[in-house]
Amino acid sequence: MASLDTGGDEGHKKGPGVKKAKKLNTRVDMTPMVDLGFLLITFFIFTATMSNPTTMDLNMPKDTDKKDEETKIKQSGSLSVILGKDNSLFYYEGELDATASGFKSATYKEIRDIVIRKKKEVISRYVTDPVCESEAKAKGKSIDDCKQKDFFVVIKPTEDATYKNVVDMLDEMTINKVARYALVKPFDSELELVRLSGGGGPAAATPPAK
Amino acid sequence: MAKAKIQKKSTDTDMTPFVDVAFLILSFFIMATKFKPAEPVPIETPNSVSSQTMPDNNAVMMSIDKDNKVYFSVMSKSDVQKGKEVIKEAAKRAGLTLTDADLAQYQDGEMIGMPLNKIKGFMALPPAERGKVAQDGIPVKDSATSELVNWIGAAKYVFAGEPLKYLVKGDNTSKYPTFGAVIDAMKRNDEQKYNLVTMPQDAPAGTELYQERLKGK
Repeated sequence: MASLDTGGDEGHKKGPGVKKAKKLNTRVDMTPMVDLGFLLITFFIFTATMSNPTTMDLNMPKDTDKKDEETKIKQSGSLSVILGKDNSLFYYEGELDATASGFKSATYKEIRDIVIRKKKEVISRYVTDPVCESEAKAKGKSIDDCKQKDFFVVIKPTEDATYKNVVDMLDEMTINKVARYALVKPFDSELELVRLSGGGGPAAATPPAK
Repeated sequence: MAKAKIQKKSTDTDMTPFVDVAFLILSFFIMATKFKPAEPVPIETPNSVSSQTMPDNNAVMMSIDKDNKVYFSVMSKSDVQKGKEVIKEAAKRAGLTLTDADLAQYQDGEMIGMPLNKIKGFMALPPAERGKVAQDGIPVKDSATSELVNWIGAAKYVFAGEPLKYLVKGDNTSKYPTFGAVIDAMKRNDEQKYNLVTMPQDAPAGTELYQERLKGK
């Protein structure tokens, strides 16, 4: 019954001659209430923001003109990732040689494995650095950070890369626990290679550096 | 002759448990929801594994919409006057004067994406009207005329001595150069630390972060 039944004194006996009082139906029709209830539920579901946005930290180094203040990275431990248009992605390890043989394309799914592989490779070449390790221990950090101290990911978004691409790539750094990475403008030579690969946008304004 | 009586079965179903559940769900939604703040433009943010919650007090947010327009909003729930001060200071740096009377209709956390010389006219509109106006976006592209530098500088000046968080909220499809220009404007104000607004997502299974979070639990 879509109703509340509050009656229930059927068995009450009245004395003889007492007129039977007409019983009022005390049932309440609950349908409108149910309707209203569901209307409100629908309203709240539609207006709800279920998950609160989160934020991720991004620290950029201060720009400097002094050569000796620039962060130096080892060629052997660097991985450059170039973000092109339409979610295309290119990468190379170390320095780009004249024939650009190391310049490869990948997808956002594959880049995780590439980062992990490169990180393992750098860690395998690690020679125990007592200074760094004792420092890390003193600060209560794990020595993992020392092991990957030569590993550096350079993220180079081109003009055509979207904001999502950049955030995805930064997120990838968090996921794989890469301690050192940077956002850098791509070189003209790299832009040219991206363009030749068909994944980039307009040609670089200046001819590629030879 | 007595007819064989066919017992009539009631077709009414007891709806009480149904109503109970409905209202339980209703109360859950009422309590668990926060209303979507009014935004002049919808911004779809990317996902990240980060788990920090977004601050909503003592923060300024730079939003980039899908057309690469930049908006600036001051979030200071505890003191709405601060937001007005920031707008006044930003205008002052561009050689314009705005008074409190001009900003009487300002609401906390509002997204402002107008060039500074159009702000006076924009703020004169009632809040409901303002949401409908297509804003031009704060000029950022050219670093020489970037008004965002003024905005950030003004926020820094007004919130001096207090913690201030810089949030950057970008649309999935906005292009990198605009984001780069926002970063550049921050750099020019000597601000290197900021937060990117994202939607939460779980760490992918099997990765190092996933292992670490598993251990932590």
